[in-house]
Amino acid sequence: MAQIFHRRSNTIALVSLVGVFIAPVGLILGMSGITRSPANTNVGVALDQPVPFSHEHHITELGIDCRYCHTSVEKSASAGVPPTQTCMSCHSQIWTNSPLLMPVRASYKNNTPVVWNQINKVPEFVYFNHSIHVNRGINCNRCHGPVQKMMLTYKGNPFQMRWCLDCHRNPEKNIYQSSEAKKSGISPREQVFDLYWKYQAGTKLSPREQSLADGFDDYAPSQEEVKEGEKLVEHYGVKTKQLADCSICHR
Amino acid sequence: MDNGRSESINSAAIKKRLDSAKGKEFWRSIEELAETEQFKQYLEDEFPQQSRPLRQEVDRRQFLTLMGASLALAGLSGCRFLPKDKIVPYVNMPEELVLGIPLTYATAFTLGGYAMGLLAESHEGRPTKLEGNPQHPASLGAISAMAQASILDLYDPDRSVNVTHMGDPSNWDGAGSFLEELQAVLLKQKPHGGTGMRILTETVTSPTLAKQLAQLMKQYPAAKWIQYESVNRDNAIAGSKMAFSEVVNTIHHFDKADVIVSLDSDFLMNLPASVRYARDFADRRRVRKGSAGMNRLYSIESTPTITSVTADHHLPVKASEVELFARALASELGLNAGSTPLTSAVPDKWVKAVAKDLKSASGKSVVISGDHLPASVHALVHAINASLGNAGQTITYTAPVEVDPTEQLPAFKTLVDEMKSGQVEALVILGGNPVYYTLADVPFAIALKQVPFSIHLSLYQDETSALTNWHVPGTHFLETWSDARAYDGTVSVIQPLIQPLYEGKSFHDMLAMMISEPGSDFDRIHESWKAEKPGTGFENFWEKTLNEGVMAGTALPAKLVSLRADLLPALASVPFSVPAQVEINFRPDVTIHDGRNSNNGWMMELPKPITRLSWDNAIYISPKTAVDLGICKASDISKPDGGLSLATNDSHFDEHDYNSANERVVVLKLKGRSLEGPIWIVPDHADNAVTVHLGFGRTKAGKVGTGVGFNANLLRTSDASWSASGLEVGITDRTSILATTQFHHTMEGRDIIRMRDVSEFQKSPEFPKEEEDVVGSTNDPTQTAGHGEPGDFGAGGKLGHEAPISLYDGKDFKYDGYAWGMSIDLTTCIGCNACVQACQAENNIPVVGKDQVKRGRDMHWIRIDSYYKGPNVNRPEGTFFQAVMCMHCEQAPCEPVCPVAATVHSHEGLNQMVYNRCVGTKYCSNNCPYKVRRFNFYKYTAGQPDNAPGNYDNPSMKLIANPNVTVRGRGVMEKCSFCVQRINAARITSKKENRQIRDGEIVTACQQACPTQTIVFGNIADPESKVTKLKGEPHDYSLLGDLGTRPRLTYLAKIRNPNPELV
Repeated sequence: MAQIFHRRSNTIALVSLVGVFIAPVGLILGMSGITRSPANTNVGVALDQPVPFSHEHHITELGIDCRYCHTSVEKSASAGVPPTQTCMSCHSQIWTNSPLLMPVRASYKNNTPVVWNQINKVPEFVYFNHSIHVNRGINCNRCHGPVQKMMLTYKGNPFQMRWCLDCHRNPEKNIYQSSEAKKSGISPREQVFDLYWKYQAGTKLSPREQSLADGFDDYAPSQEEVKEGEKLVEHYGVKTKQLADCSICHR
Repeated sequence: MDNGRSESINSAAIKKRLDSAKGKEFWRSIEELAETEQFKQYLEDEFPQQSRPLRQEVDRRQFLTLMGASLALAGLSGCRFLPKDKIVPYVNMPEELVLGIPLTYATAFTLGGYAMGLLAESHEGRPTKLEGNPQHPASLGAISAMAQASILDLYDPDRSVNVTHMGDPSNWDGAGSFLEELQAVLLKQKPHGGTGMRILTETVTSPTLAKQLAQLMKQYPAAKWIQYESVNRDNAIAGSKMAFSEVVNTIHHFDKADVIVSLDSDFLMNLPASVRYARDFADRRRVRKGSAGMNRLYSIESTPTITSVTADHHLPVKASEVELFARALASELGLNAGSTPLTSAVPDKWVKAVAKDLKSASGKSVVISGDHLPASVHALVHAINASLGNAGQTITYTAPVEVDPTEQLPAFKTLVDEMKSGQVEALVILGGNPVYYTLADVPFAIALKQVPFSIHLSLYQDETSALTNWHVPGTHFLETWSDARAYDGTVSVIQPLIQPLYEGKSFHDMLAMMISEPGSDFDRIHESWKAEKPGTGFENFWEKTLNEGVMAGTALPAKLVSLRADLLPALASVPFSVPAQVEINFRPDVTIHDGRNSNNGWMMELPKPITRLSWDNAIYISPKTAVDLGICKASDISKPDGGLSLATNDSHFDEHDYNSANERVVVLKLKGRSLEGPIWIVPDHADNAVTVHLGFGRTKAGKVGTGVGFNANLLRTSDASWSASGLEVGITDRTSILATTQFHHTMEGRDIIRMRDVSEFQKSPEFPKEEEDVVGSTNDPTQTAGHGEPGDFGAGGKLGHEAPISLYDGKDFKYDGYAWGMSIDLTTCIGCNACVQACQAENNIPVVGKDQVKRGRDMHWIRIDSYYKGPNVNRPEGTFFQAVMCMHCEQAPCEPVCPVAATVHSHEGLNQMVYNRCVGTKYCSNNCPYKVRRFNFYKYTAGQPDNAPGNYDNPSMKLIANPNVTVRGRGVMEKCSFCVQRINAARITSKKENRQIRDGEIVTACQQACPTQTIVFGNIADPESKVTKLKGEPHDYSLLGDLGTRPRLTYLAKIRNPNPELV
């Protein structure tokens, strides 16, 4: 009797048997990889916007403070996206004919808002508060990436929960005082914005500041820095355990 | 469970303890008292509707299929692509706005014309929450449930959106528009001074509206302005005229009263000043160690109300017997106004004891009469208060608050007669819904057909709009400027927070159109007051008024009044008798009032105090009368132990069960009219009488209110609009299913309510702790080993009771920061539901609909349990309220059973609920002894099931959500969070200011709303905080403390102050 199956069927059978077990694992890993990749999280991906706004131009080249536009960042949960009025405070005088600014002028004229695509977003069940982070001297770039270098704005970090908890469980590794703060006693809040002035002026930055300016989120503080951090944690009255309680962010 | 532990739990000890527990001293419903099989079954079903299918056998194959499918789906739902969202900034941002921080404006809510000052919270221009204005005399920072819920009307998708003519869409102005026709009609009316013109409004206190009306009357001198509302105060006005020959406004000062006698007055709930009165009343009942004095309240009531339940003594009598009591009391006090012999329901002992107590508190007592009582009772009460020396002390009189304080019903009847005879050519109805709530013998709807030109301006297209030629959409009070007076005359400017959402026009707009007055509502209010307060400082004065929400110096001054000399003989000549027939009482509903809140889902679903009925009205009847009238059989009622029980039904889930007494449909026949409705047996209701509530049976209310309940107005006649005798009750063989939450979430017969008389409290204030069966049930959060090891029966034991049994490992959290706790004083809790409503508004709690409530799925985080005491079902020894929400236990039973750690302990002692982790096993709820967890069986917030009204997906309803609280989806558990969003906000603020959170800085939504300041929240790690001090009171106790859960929320036991002569 002729053989029904060719010899290579053995291999196929073996491979498919193994494959049955490997494929789902691969599928799951693959899918979770995709969800965590910039293809989904949009980290490093500049979204299309009605106006190609450059943070680099406005911060580094012109030296405009973050708070000029993001007015509520030190007062409120929300940093605030500026109203058209804020744009027009300068652009009614300069670049008044720029075609790139057409949507802004149209908005002001017609009293219709400029609709931006949201870049940085936490889920609806997460209640993030900008003001308390800024008031503790946590730099914008710690979460948002190298904003002062962004020609087009993109997301600096994926904002996943584990990433938030890295800080919330180890605040001493992330709270710091800049040398200016130690010397002249500027508040932690001022230290946040001071970094951009220093960056613009080309002042030499400490390793931590350099890491922040570069938008890295994996700076490993020295033992000394950690000790200083611990002191600050104590000084600010930060209760580390409370900081990781669910209800701090979820309610 | 390991062997060691199971051995160490001494089953004999448990049995002994259970045997000694105060079994059925307190009970919640007649079904519970009778311990029927059906009720036990109901209790066992934590989630009744879902547990049925699971009782069927599931075979292995089916099980694997289900598990496989759910696993696959669970995995898939974890992966998703991030949503793409937009940011829409302002073009011009308002100057005072900080994005993300709500702004608060002072405004005012009116009911029956009377204002209650509010602070309205606005998130980026959308009002989301109303709170009381601490500077306003009628609020003092608290808010009634009704005022709280009024914000929902603003966003109601059923609101009227455009002008209609004969039901067809039309326009406000332009060709063929409303204004064109109005002008033509006015032109016709002008030459003869408006003889055919009538303006019909509800009660008006607004000074600016009054000016406009006066202007209108000047331009059309023959026109008439009529006020009419269904729940009016005609009898009080008539009583005032009878007593003083003038109309005066009576203000009660309960803060100065030692003895209060309420003659069928629900002064804690349904007066214009009730929120204030409740506060004044409660301030005299805060019994603390070392200051154990308290006032005493007697209530003589025709139907149970929160006032009668709160009273130290209450006497349920028929409405006609209230007058009998009043007359007997007067003659006992030496005022002979003619009296008739007492009936069996009005014991002589009572009259004498009350009179004696009143006399001993001369000048420090209050007698108050219900608005619905006949004018003669009001007059008599004025005389009693004068003779007791209360006038000028606990009772002051002022000029009337209302613009035109007339008796409304006679004027309204004249209007209807004129309409019928064709004298009325143009009728302008501003607000109200007279077609619905007119009395049975005042045929307003028929008369309306004779009026050639009629307008109805209102928030909804309702029954009246359907019968007028024109309907104009009205504005919500948060959409336009106005002003109004409070119970003491204080003026508040009603500030809008938002532009009208639709084409709404205000009353002011409409009148301005008729008198050709230019300008906006703001101009009108502003100019009107500028004219009142001439001088240069007006703008500052105006700003201050807007800022504070009250206009300084506008409270009416006390006024000296004198009784008519011939009052008593005049009263004696008023014919009076107590008929033997069955009586019927008509009362405004405590949630939907006269029907104005019918389409308000929050109000509709809010369980009514005492009966905890929701979504319906019913015919309230006492158990004895139900038997007497043959509604339930005689064989159903007696039990060997002498108590009464009644046949009950399981019809909540089986509509084919007709053997029930409760919910049986009966036919009420009165003076040739009849009405059908289900009965609800209410212990402690007056015998030989029934009570029905107004506001239901609407035919054009909207999605929520249409067709709910029956319209009691169909039995009301103008000679007996509040109570009538001669009622006949016919019994049908049908039942109508009612939704009550009284059966839900029952903590079976345990020692739940602790109660003592104040005299006993003075002797031994420690009683609740003595009763406590648990050992080491300390509320000290810093104590690390509250109880000994499981089974360690002696450790820390006190009181000679048995041992602590803990199901938990005994390890406690250590707290080095704040420790949040709450205290609720059962003595001052009046069961008014304000907290329940405030919680709903603050925490985005959805409305689930009648069907879901019937299934026990109501979502309110706070419930007000009501308990009856004693074995007698007809006359329990008392009724008790207890607000129950998440206890935030130190040893929370819910936490260890959650398989996904979705409910965990915080380091500040909160029992946190993490919605995004919850997978909906419901184990936590099964394990919660307090039954305070609520499960989203559907996506209620998105209108499931069946397009339910709690629809946060609806474009207009979306606006009401509190942005600081997650809107929960289907399949997650939720419960009281101690308003964690407010805690977090205060924590962040304090940290930014480098300080600790101050005591009283965090006010939970329920605490904020509470009229009696019964709820106190704070840091119990701070020995100086108010809450710690309350927890240190001797009568502080933990609910179900013997379970060793050690709740963070504890209660102060109920203290009563009975008269020894009546005990």
